[in-house]
Amino acid sequence: METLNLLNWMFDLFLGVGLLYLAWATLAATDLFKAIVLFITFGLLMSIAWVRLNAIDIALAEAAIGAGLTGALLLSALSKIQHNEGKPLSSSPDDKQARISISLSFIIISILLVLTVGLGWSILSFPMNAPGLSLEVSQQLENSGVVNPVTAVLLNFRAYDTLLEMMVLLIAVLGVWSQGNKDMLLATEPAPVLEIFTRILTPVLFLVAFYLLWVGAFSPGGAFQAGAILGATGVLLVLSNWHLQSGLLHFPLRLILITGAATFLGVAITTLLVEGQLLKYPPGSAALSILILEITATLSIGVTLAALFIGKQPGSNEDCE
Amino acid sequence: MNTAIFYALIGSGLLILGLYTLIVHAHLLRKILALNIIGSGVFLILVALAKRTHISMPDVVPHAMVITGIVVAVSATALALAIMTKYNALSGRTQLMHKPRQ
Repeated sequence: METLNLLNWMFDLFLGVGLLYLAWATLAATDLFKAIVLFITFGLLMSIAWVRLNAIDIALAEAAIGAGLTGALLLSALSKIQHNEGKPLSSSPDDKQARISISLSFIIISILLVLTVGLGWSILSFPMNAPGLSLEVSQQLENSGVVNPVTAVLLNFRAYDTLLEMMVLLIAVLGVWSQGNKDMLLATEPAPVLEIFTRILTPVLFLVAFYLLWVGAFSPGGAFQAGAILGATGVLLVLSNWHLQSGLLHFPLRLILITGAATFLGVAITTLLVEGQLLKYPPGSAALSILILEITATLSIGVTLAALFIGKQPGSNEDCE
Repeated sequence: MNTAIFYALIGSGLLILGLYTLIVHAHLLRKILALNIIGSGVFLILVALAKRTHISMPDVVPHAMVITGIVVAVSATALALAIMTKYNALSGRTQLMHKPRQ
């Protein structure tokens, strides 16, 4: 037991220091490409940290989103601005903190030091035993329609969080589309390895996504993780030059984008009218409601994340594949 | 000091590192990276402090909030990157202009 404890501590120490080091290396790297690659590594280490904190659900979401999708988004944006500049950005001299004078950076650092001490002190002064809402959650879990407490919180106890989140996703897509950015810069022909791998991986990834969606009721997994995997599959397909049929680009795509939010809104209004309270499912219908909400949310999250990566309203202006 | 407090302190370290870069660096992509690191730090504090229980299961309400937060963070990042790309395409710059002093 003692050695196990020591090993755990060693692991935590290495992981914590590694996280801080990677964050610093990400933020201080002179080359932006290197910074993004380090950031992806940081995301992977974060998901190990989530496992150490017994947050398997978050680890799954972080591995798919924090490490995968965010990295893909950043790299695609970097390639666009580097293409525009015609040279690597990292060589521009005003990129770093050239304009900040010594006195100003002294002020910034002293403010941040005060903030660090304040944060550290308040964390250390918290009571060591604060179960929070875990007792209430475990008491009400049998009424929630699912067994996994995280899914119960996300889609039953605090379902309005998820409702608002679906709206945020929708607004983000609208915002990205309204920028009217140029198409992604792609090589005309994808590399053969990527193409073959995409063909093999796509059905597997769909299977994994629906497994995660289904298993979310009983153990770690759920709509967010499944949606993130679907989104990553979409990114992979886009990268290997796969296009939707143009007939599907307009109405069907938009329909799937709003399905999650619309279903959520519909359930919210129905429950408000029937039960008199927002998203309070009628007795006995919680499991079914959650399943419907999760399926539509997964589809919408997946398609939304892929649409965010493409970054451009499909079927607009010169784009007609 | 237990695991929860240790990871909460690491999280606040990430928060401060990100905040410093956000203020000091002018490049917009770096600012977006810094915002993501700040987000990770905040999430880490939130989830680490949820583990301060003597029972085996941590408080899952912050876990659910952080999962929501991760998805919101990625959509905010995508929007920020789209705005940055547009700004760059229009002005050719990668950092915000200072107001000319009179």
